[in-house]
Amino acid sequence: MIDLLIALVWIVLKILLIALPLLGAVAYMTLAERKILAYAHVRIGPNRVGFAGLLQPLADGLKLFFKEIIIPSKANPVVFVLAPIVSFATAAAAWAVIPFDEGWVLANVNAGLLYVLALTSLGVYGILMAGWSSNSKYALFGAMRSAAQVVSYEIAMGFALVGVLMAADSTNLQDIVLRQQGGLWHWYWLPLLPLFVVYWISGVAETNRAPFDMAEGEAEIVAGFHVEYSGMSFAIFFLAEYANMILISALASVLFLGGWLSPFEGIPVLGSLFSFVPGIIWFFAKMAFFLFLYVWLRATLPRYRYDQIMYLGWKVLIPVTIVWIVVTGLLIEWRVAPWFI
Amino acid sequence: MIEKLIFYVFAALLIGSATMVIVSRQSVRAAFFLIVAFCASAVLWMLLSAEFLALLLIFVYVGAVMTLFMFVVMMLNLDQESLQEKFVRYLPFAVLLVALMVGVLVYAMKPGHLGELGLAISPHPSADYSNTKALGLLLYTHYVYAFELAAVILLIAIVAAIGLTHREKSRNKRQRIDAQLAATKADRLQILQLEAEK
Repeated sequence: MIDLLIALVWIVLKILLIALPLLGAVAYMTLAERKILAYAHVRIGPNRVGFAGLLQPLADGLKLFFKEIIIPSKANPVVFVLAPIVSFATAAAAWAVIPFDEGWVLANVNAGLLYVLALTSLGVYGILMAGWSSNSKYALFGAMRSAAQVVSYEIAMGFALVGVLMAADSTNLQDIVLRQQGGLWHWYWLPLLPLFVVYWISGVAETNRAPFDMAEGEAEIVAGFHVEYSGMSFAIFFLAEYANMILISALASVLFLGGWLSPFEGIPVLGSLFSFVPGIIWFFAKMAFFLFLYVWLRATLPRYRYDQIMYLGWKVLIPVTIVWIVVTGLLIEWRVAPWFI
Repeated sequence: MIEKLIFYVFAALLIGSATMVIVSRQSVRAAFFLIVAFCASAVLWMLLSAEFLALLLIFVYVGAVMTLFMFVVMMLNLDQESLQEKFVRYLPFAVLLVALMVGVLVYAMKPGHLGELGLAISPHPSADYSNTKALGLLLYTHYVYAFELAAVILLIAIVAAIGLTHREKSRNKRQRIDAQLAATKADRLQILQLEAEK
């Protein structure tokens, strides 16, 4: 009984160790996004609260916390309240299987890749529930767009992951990283380059970020699915969106950029020079690269039109993945060095 | 002990939400309960160490099929009272159907009919046992013809669905990208020289 209790406390501690830094990362991701966007627009961005604007996320959080939560009178109150919770819960639960370093994982499950795929596909329900329960045209339109978009891009994303699990011969995320050992050229981004690109594009589409942010589309449908939300209920949608962005970045690093592995592995001088750097630093650096890419895309590209998104998803990305799955099969069959020996 | 507890909690949840699917009058609410039912049965499969099937159930049914279902159902604005009236109209037929179904299941699920496979799988496989691999090996060796047959049937269904909905002369205004790209200045622009009037 005592053993069970200790195990339980240990698990809760580990969860906190992941969840609290995640919330911190989300908060500072919002600041980073505003700063990077500002510099892309030749502005300065938030610089008043704290030193160089570093306390801005806290000020934003405090403001949202004290705002009134309004539930529209014609809304379905149960679903309306549940929607942001579902959104955030699915975004947070997927972190259970992400390996931060060798052995640093909350749940080292065999079907980790499938688990992540299943949970990210659930994220759309938060948006659907919000759109329907708000009883508002704009919210419903946002939810409809999001549902169609997520279903289309999930197929491309799933096929891209099929390529990875073929190459790694495993669905355990830790094994997938360990299979990529041997330096920059051994990571899966090179043999699976088209799948990597497809995965990243569909990851951006799945998180409803620019240039695929039609679910929000502030110029056409006000703010899409969360138009009726205010205060903390809005903030939780925001948290979920950023947690999902960070999750997709973490997954892209694990699957295609060798997770916690050092890029200098196997290079004579640099390899030993950088061997002191703990793996988690490399992991965070790779995640930071993808997160920067998110903001960069938002600053650069205009929003896609709805039919163009569908065209890209069904007629470009899915055929590319199908072709490359066959190519991956051949690469494995012919034991192409250095990846598939 | 804990496993039993989880089983009973989720089995109760499954039965409860499955009942709500047919009892609730609002179609969206029924769809939500169906999602809960899928998730609960995924947990039950997980208890059987069938993690591949469990996660696939969530990924395919909850993540994709039900999303499209909700897409349609949310658009409907059904008259709730008219639905309520017809609730028991087909009751005798439904009872007959359920009795038949239960009969067939009881007959088919006898331990003898499951063959050697039903006995070979222990409820607690070792940690390195991969359900995904075992399933793949079985599907592509022992059941390869049945598997290919199912694939062909699904392909036919896809082709049929596209054939039914995709007509050449449709009334919707579609974008013709090739025509747009092929357009030249001469097609679009006409320069008129008008005499200035005094």
